Amino acid sequence: MKAAEIIPILEEKFGDRIRGKNLEAIDPFVVVAPSDLLEVARFLRDDSRLRFDILNCISGVDYLEPDPKKAPKAGFEPHMEVVYHLQSFTHRHRFVLKVILPRWKDDKPGELPEVPSVTSLWRAADWHEREVYDLSGVWFTGHPNLTRILLSEDWVGHPLRKDYEFPLEYHGIRGR
Amino acid sequence: MGWLEGFGKEENVITTTLEQAVNWARESSMWPMTFGLACCAIEMMATGASRFDMDRFGAGAFRATPRQADLMIVAGTVNFKMASRVRRLYNQMPDPKFVIAMGACTCGGGPYYKYGYNVVKGVDLVVPVDVYVPGCPPRPEALLEGLMRIQDKVRAMKDLTRGQPLEVPIPCRTGYTMLPDELSTHEKANAFVKKTKEQATPAKA
Repeated sequence: MKAAEIIPILEEKFGDRIRGKNLEAIDPFVVVAPSDLLEVARFLRDDSRLRFDILNCISGVDYLEPDPKKAPKAGFEPHMEVVYHLQSFTHRHRFVLKVILPRWKDDKPGELPEVPSVTSLWRAADWHEREVYDLSGVWFTGHPNLTRILLSEDWVGHPLRKDYEFPLEYHGIRGR
Repeated sequence: MGWLEGFGKEENVITTTLEQAVNWARESSMWPMTFGLACCAIEMMATGASRFDMDRFGAGAFRATPRQADLMIVAGTVNFKMASRVRRLYNQMPDPKFVIAMGACTCGGGPYYKYGYNVVKGVDLVVPVDVYVPGCPPRPEALLEGLMRIQDKVRAMKDLTRGQPLEVPIPCRTGYTMLPDELSTHEKANAFVKKTKEQATPAKA
């Protein structure tokens, strides 16, 4: 099934709750709000026409132009995205789901934006979500063990954020 | 007195100094630690395997514990999470111990120098390094060369007569590698460097 057929199914079921769609992209996607994510994901997994039974990847993307001179031309407002790549073994098709978040929860720097965890639907999400939390700084509510997976536990900050500052030293070792 | 006299003669008596004999035994049985962190470890394995055969220099016995090892070959990128482990392994090795920093990452951060947020910018910030082997990754010959420089250091040790810490001439060249003629003496090398610098300066028009 092509994405052009998948998106109408979703729109028929969820109506306005599909916040955006893009059919021209190489990987066509729809955008949903964080509060609707679990419901949409469950429908994508369980509906007999779709049956997305594997979650390939979760990515966290930070949209921010740190250079104030280039920021007006960047073409986007600062925000975060979480991207879910889904695939179906049954029907052999794939699809992309996106969630758009503010960079900080309630615009308070340091408060991580929140997304419901999809570990209850796909077990593969466990480590992917830990990695996104570790490097991009997105808090997945309902995750069974949301700790850092790559960096050490006492690390400060989330390195793949565009405004991340490198540590001057770590445990007495010069950092830069 | 040379370091071996009377060898192969009919009287079958060898004279040497105790220090030279100890150093000879020590340099001929450098046991490295089985310890690889990244892609350089593959090259280190190749150095230990049959084609390059590190065992020719007595350093083929890779020990699985730091307590039996004399030589730590830090082969690969050291990140901050690993740094404390590297230091602990170094502390667990018995004296005298030697460290080879193998590859660009351990020499100074390498390709991760600028944007590697979690990479230690050179393993010499963590443990004292005796020999740096640059390259990405270094050829096995380069690692063997580094090992021979370690052996030079061992040969210069005087821990029986003068005690630790060892005093080592740096760089210690012993004729194992041939330098090009323009670099063979200090005077020639200085003149060569000066000449190349002059050539590299752009002429003011």
